[in-house]
Amino acid sequence: MSALTSADLIKMFRALSERIEAEKGFLCELDGHIGDADHGIAMAQGFGAVARALDALDPAAISPTDVFNTAAKSFLNAVGASSGPLYATAFMRAGAAFKGKDAIAADEAPAIIEAMARGIQDRGKAEPGDKTMIDAWQPAAVAAAAGREAGKPAAEVFAAARKAAEEGAAATAGMVASKGRSSRLGERSLGHVDPGAASAAIVVAVMAESLAG
Amino acid sequence: MQTKKIINNGDDAVDEMVEGILAAHSDTLRPVGGNLRALVAKNGPRPGKVGLVIGGGSGHEPSFVGFVGKGLADAAAIGNVFASPPPDPIMECTKAADGGAGVLYMYGNYAGDVMNFDMAAEMIGMDGIEVRTVLTTDDIASAPPAERHKRRGVAGNFFVFKAAGAACDMMLSLDECERIARKANDRTFTIGVALGACSLPQTRKWNFEMGPDEMEVGMGIHGEPGIAREPLQSADQIVDRIMDQLLAEMDAPKGSKVAVLVNSLGSTPLMELYIMNRRVHRRLADARIETHRTFVGTYCSSLEMAGASITLIHLDDELQRMLDHPCDCAMFQVK
Repeated sequence: MSALTSADLIKMFRALSERIEAEKGFLCELDGHIGDADHGIAMAQGFGAVARALDALDPAAISPTDVFNTAAKSFLNAVGASSGPLYATAFMRAGAAFKGKDAIAADEAPAIIEAMARGIQDRGKAEPGDKTMIDAWQPAAVAAAAGREAGKPAAEVFAAARKAAEEGAAATAGMVASKGRSSRLGERSLGHVDPGAASAAIVVAVMAESLAG
Repeated sequence: MQTKKIINNGDDAVDEMVEGILAAHSDTLRPVGGNLRALVAKNGPRPGKVGLVIGGGSGHEPSFVGFVGKGLADAAAIGNVFASPPPDPIMECTKAADGGAGVLYMYGNYAGDVMNFDMAAEMIGMDGIEVRTVLTTDDIASAPPAERHKRRGVAGNFFVFKAAGAACDMMLSLDECERIARKANDRTFTIGVALGACSLPQTRKWNFEMGPDEMEVGMGIHGEPGIAREPLQSADQIVDRIMDQLLAEMDAPKGSKVAVLVNSLGSTPLMELYIMNRRVHRRLADARIETHRTFVGTYCSSLEMAGASITLIHLDDELQRMLDHPCDCAMFQVK
């Protein structure tokens, strides 16, 4: 697999927008159990705005960092809410990780997931076990870093990150929320998958499909 | 089955509402730089005055934009339904409200609002405007007293904004405005009871299930489940249950003064609010607490949710002056 260009990243964001739009109802339903049933709407609005903003740009004229920064700004201002600042910070960190580069080397690509997870953790201050999107992002980042440092092929690393995110999201059903709006539920949040973790697992999965080549 | 709403398109609901607000209240409000999500008071901001910026998700009208006007908030940032506004409109509001004496951000304590307002404060700080933040945490059902900082802000916002807005309008310093805002919040206590669910314009599905004979005590203004699901009781029983908790937590000595807010969460009519208010006043009289002012109506709603909340603010001379200070907002006036 060759290095990732801005065009590849724009394609990834377009795939994210389509997939999240398709999962909108499912995510709202999950959020209805422990929140206010709008998580799917916010995520679809955010990625929709990203796709529209990127469509207006010429991929040949912009760097990967520009793609991530455009994504951050458009997601943030379309959404607000909690997911706006969290994903905007994630994209900005991913952009910063590849600053000054025209393309991202294939074996470096999983570092996008690591940078995004760091951004979400820094902004939201959630810890693993709090029943938030971090419970999907953090294991994905750990898997990505481990695979990358072991020198495994990108496709394998992305697959491991995807699996870790999906398992992490599923595990939130057994957690009591202690951060975010559902934390007010206490024990009553038990048994329900966190919608932010569920959408995070979808995001990691689409990124893995799109970037692993 | 979809819930019934008088809307055009769910995605356009917030912007179309703002257009309607501007059509009705153009004497009081104007959008900042044409941004429909950032409305500023026409006669509010002025040189030397601390600016008061409030905001939050839509669906709580008249909160927040209805409390923008001379004597109360200078500007409100408007989010999507039940979602914090992003930093952009918050920054627009901040610049419009800035009179060179600093700007106070006040909003309910929710993770999303905190992140967006904090990002706005960081970015605006680079422009040299000093921003302070006071979160409202009046919902005593949302966390125990020892964890007051974790409580959410609900209808008691109104009293806390009112006190802070008066302090700003009296040209007090940023330190003083912040102190008064914090004091007002520390002395404001709310509990709500929900009888039915609400539905978002984009989903038009009830956001939780509620049995025909049930009520939920302590439910939040986005449908966050409360502290207890119980069979529906009479107005007096409901008020007693709420007042027992409010009075215990307020712990005010005999002879204290309060102001009362009996607030509809959306579809509960004035008739029921006044029936509740009757009992609220009896309970306060029994506790030998004087009621300085009473507000009854829709001040902080949750779309079409059925139910109501009761708020008490424990006044002192200073807070009483702040509450009585005149204001002229789009949806609220004190003369």
